[in-house]
Amino acid sequence: MKKDLVIIGGGPAGLAAAIAAKEAGVDDLLIVERDARLGGILNQCIHNGFGLHTFKEELTGPEYAGRYIDKMLSLDIPYKLNTMVVDLSEKRTEGENRKLVTVMNREEGLYTIEARAVILAMGCRERSRGALNIPGYRPAGIYSAGTAQRYVNMEGRMPGKEVVILGSGDIGLIMARRMTLEGAKVKLVAELMPYSGGLKRNIVQCLDDFGIPLKLSHTVVDIKGKERVEAVVIARVDEHLKPIPGTEEEIKCDTLLLSCGLIPENELSESLGVEMNPVTKGPRVNESLETDREGVFACGNVLHVHDLVDYVSEEAAQAGKRAAAYLHGALKKAEKEIPIKAVNGVRYTVPASVDVERMENVQVVRFRVGNVYRDAAIEVSVNGRVVSSRKKKVLAPGEMEQIVLKKTELEQVENLQEITVAIRQDV
Amino acid sequence: MVDVVVIGAGVTGCAIARELAKYEYKVTVLERASDVCEGTSKANSGIVHAGYDAHPGTLKAKLNVEGNRMMEALSEELDFPFKRNGSLVLCFDDEDRPKLQRLYEQGLENGVKELRIIEKDELKQLEPNISDNAVAALYAPAGGIVCPFGLTLALAENAAVNGVDFRLNTEVQNIEKTNGGYRVATNHGVLESRVVINAAGVYADRFHNMVSEEKIHIIPRKGEYCLMDKKVGGFVSRTVFQLPTIYGKGVLVTPTVHGNLLAGPTAVDVEDCEAVNTTREGLDDVLKRAALSVSHFPAGQVITSFAGLRAHEEKGDFIIGQPEDAPGFFDAAGIESPGLTCAPALGRYLAKQILEYLPAQAKKDFIGTRKGIPSMALAGPEERAKLIEENPLYANVVCRCELVTEGEIMDAIHRPLGATTLDGVKRRTRAGMGRCQAGFCSPKTVEILARELDRDMAEISKNDPGSEFLTGYDKDDIEE
Repeated sequence: MKKDLVIIGGGPAGLAAAIAAKEAGVDDLLIVERDARLGGILNQCIHNGFGLHTFKEELTGPEYAGRYIDKMLSLDIPYKLNTMVVDLSEKRTEGENRKLVTVMNREEGLYTIEARAVILAMGCRERSRGALNIPGYRPAGIYSAGTAQRYVNMEGRMPGKEVVILGSGDIGLIMARRMTLEGAKVKLVAELMPYSGGLKRNIVQCLDDFGIPLKLSHTVVDIKGKERVEAVVIARVDEHLKPIPGTEEEIKCDTLLLSCGLIPENELSESLGVEMNPVTKGPRVNESLETDREGVFACGNVLHVHDLVDYVSEEAAQAGKRAAAYLHGALKKAEKEIPIKAVNGVRYTVPASVDVERMENVQVVRFRVGNVYRDAAIEVSVNGRVVSSRKKKVLAPGEMEQIVLKKTELEQVENLQEITVAIRQDV
Repeated sequence: MVDVVVIGAGVTGCAIARELAKYEYKVTVLERASDVCEGTSKANSGIVHAGYDAHPGTLKAKLNVEGNRMMEALSEELDFPFKRNGSLVLCFDDEDRPKLQRLYEQGLENGVKELRIIEKDELKQLEPNISDNAVAALYAPAGGIVCPFGLTLALAENAAVNGVDFRLNTEVQNIEKTNGGYRVATNHGVLESRVVINAAGVYADRFHNMVSEEKIHIIPRKGEYCLMDKKVGGFVSRTVFQLPTIYGKGVLVTPTVHGNLLAGPTAVDVEDCEAVNTTREGLDDVLKRAALSVSHFPAGQVITSFAGLRAHEEKGDFIIGQPEDAPGFFDAAGIESPGLTCAPALGRYLAKQILEYLPAQAKKDFIGTRKGIPSMALAGPEERAKLIEENPLYANVVCRCELVTEGEIMDAIHRPLGATTLDGVKRRTRAGMGRCQAGFCSPKTVEILARELDRDMAEISKNDPGSEFLTGYDKDDIEE
C-alpha cells in the first residue's frame, strides 16, 4: 500500500493534523489508531473544561474529540482502528525518501505502508510506580491515575474506596475529584515538589472545593499490604527532595494513585532514529514541526507534554499544514536553522530552531519553566540583544507558556545567529 | 491414596514433578498460591550459574555443574528462553587476585569447563562498559541466563500434560506419618500419600520438622533488585559479578534473557517468610553497588524493582533426601542460589532416590517436549504473518510496550495450567512487563481474563485471593 501521508495516532493531535492536511489539499492520507475508537485519551476525560480557547465554550473530553471526529468524517479522511504500528523505518532510493510504516490488525493482518510523509502523534504514557522506584510491597491497588480513570469513566467500576494520590499532575487532581464524586474517600494528595505540577484551576476545582489536602514537599516512602494496599507511608522531603527521617506518617488506604508526570511515547520515533530532545523526551523539531528526518513531523504529547488540549490541536494543525506543504513541494529544504536557546528557568522550547525563510509570518514558540516565578518577565533576545520582555504575575511548571516570533522582524536582523528565551526575575 | 505429594510448585517442585511424570506414579503437587512460580522462583537473578561458586563436594557444586549442562537441551525440549551469555567475576584490587585464583581453582575442581582469568585489556574488549577500576576477571563462558518463569512454567505444564495433578490455592497445614505413608492435611481436605516431597522454599523447615526430629532451620534471606528498560539491555552482554570486597558481597549486573538489564540482589536475613517488600536502603544499595561494576550505570532507566527471599538453611548446603527418621519423606530444602540452575539436575537426582524407595515402571506414553506460547515480539515478519493467518487475534496488540497480542493472552489462559490472574498472564506472555508497567494493558487484560474465564471483572485478581483490582461500581458507596 502507498500513501502520501500516514498519521500515527488518532487522538486529538492526529485528528487535528489530519484535518489540516486534508484541508491543505492532501487527499491520499490515513490515520492509524491502536485503540478501538478515535479520540485517544479524551474519551476517558469526561470532565469539562476542554475547548475554552478553541471553541470558546466548556466541553467534556469526548465532546471535544467529537467535534474533530465529525469534521474528519465530513472530510472523508480514512482511518484504521485497532491497528498497531509495529515498525517505522526509512527507505532511501535515488531522489526518493519513503517511510515504511508496518502495521497490523485483526482484519488485515500484517502489512507495510509506503508513505511519503509521516506525522507522529502517538501521545504519552504515565510514569509508573516502578520508574519512581517507590519501595514497599507490590499489592493490587496501585494504579496510574489514567488507568484508574479508565476503570471509573469507561467501565463504571471503582478501583478502590480509600485513596491516596501521589503527584499533583492534572490527571491526579481530576481523579481526586472524580473518585470523590463516585463515592471514594480521597485522603490526600502528596506532591514531591514545593509546587503543584498541575493547573491552578484544577487545584481549586478538584481539591480545594472538596476539602482534599494537598501536601507539598511530601512523597510516599513505603507501601504496605501483601495482597491489597493497606496503607502508605508518606514523609516530608528536604530541599534535595530526600525524605526527612522522623516525618513519616502512615495513611490507611486501599488505593494509591500515581500522577507523577507523563512521558512521550517515542519508541517508534527512536526506531526511526529521530533526534530527540532529552528535556522534553520528544523529537527535536524545527519551525515546521519537522524532525531531523525529512518528511517526518511530530505534534501533540509525543512532542512535548501539553497542559491544554486546545494547544495540542493548534500545534497539530500546524504540523498537518506543513506536512501538506512538504508533500506539495512547497516546503523548501531547511538551510539555515537558527537555534532557539532555552536559558535561565526556561526548560526547553518547541520548536527548537527556526529557518526564517521557511517560517510563517507568526511563529508560536511554546515552553515550560522549571520553577515557580512571581512577578518575573519572559525575555526574548536575538543575537544577545533583548527584543521583547513580557511581565507575568506567576510562572509555574504546570502551565505551558508561549512567545511569538515574527518573520518580518527576524528578516531585518543582520547576521541572525541565535534566539534566546529566558526568565528575568529582577523586573 | 496417591503415590507422591509434592509440596510447592516452584522451580524445584515442578522439576521433581516433571521427572516423576516419566514413571507410572500418581503425583499431586500442592501449591498454596494461585499459580505456579509464585515464591522464591519468581524473584531471583535468572542466572544459570557456571558452577565455580560452591565448595567442591557439596550438593550445590555437583548439581550446579550438572544443571548447567542440562539447561540447553531442556530449553529446546520444553521451549523456554535460555541463553549461554557467559559470566564474569570482577576483581577490583590486585590484593584480591588470590581470591580470584581460588575461585578459578574451585571451578576447575567442580568440573566447570573453559574457565579462565582474563586481564583488564581483554575484559574491556569483551565488555566496554566495565568500570576502569576492574583489574582482572574470572571468565566463565558456560554461564547463562534463563527466564525463571519460563523454566518453571515449562516444567509444570509438561508435568501436567503427563498426568501430574496440580492443586493451586491449596495450603498444607499438617503432615502425619501413617502406616505406609503420610497424611497431608490441607485447607481443601486431606490426602494420603506414600511419598511426600518437601519443596516448600522458605517454609520447608516447617514441614520437615513436622515429621523429623533432626530439626532444620531456614532463614529467609532477602534480595532486592532493580530492573532496567530494554533501551539499556545491551549495556553489558555477559553476567557481571563482583568478587566480595571489604564493602560486602557485591551485586550482579546482567542482561536478562528478554533483553532488559537487571541489577541486584542485596542479602539481608529477615524473619518474616512473606517479607517480599523492597526497601529504600536496599534499592539504593543495589544501584550504588551496581555502579561499581560498570561506568555510567543507567540508574535512571529503572522500570521496576522487586524482592525475593532465598531459602537459606543455616548449615549452608542443600538438604536433599530422606531424614533418617522419616522414610518416604524427601526434602528438597534450603534451595537457594544456585537452585534455579540446579533444578533439572535436582529433579533427576531426587527422582532416582524415590525410585529406589518406591520402584515404578517408566511411562510408555511420556511426552517429553512442550511448545511454549508464540511471541509476536520475537517472531520475524514471515512467522508473524503465519501466526496471524492461523489466528487473527495475534494481530490485536494488547500490551504495546512488549508487543503482546490478544492471541498470546488467550493461549496463556487456555493452555495446561493456564493463567487465571493478571500476574499469571504477565509471567506467561510478558504483557505488562514493559516500560509502562501495565498502565495501559491491565484493564484490557482484566477484561479478557473475565471474558475467557466467564467471571466478573471484579473477581479478577493480581495474584492470590484478596488482590482483586476492582472494589465495586461507581457510586456504590454514596449515601442517599
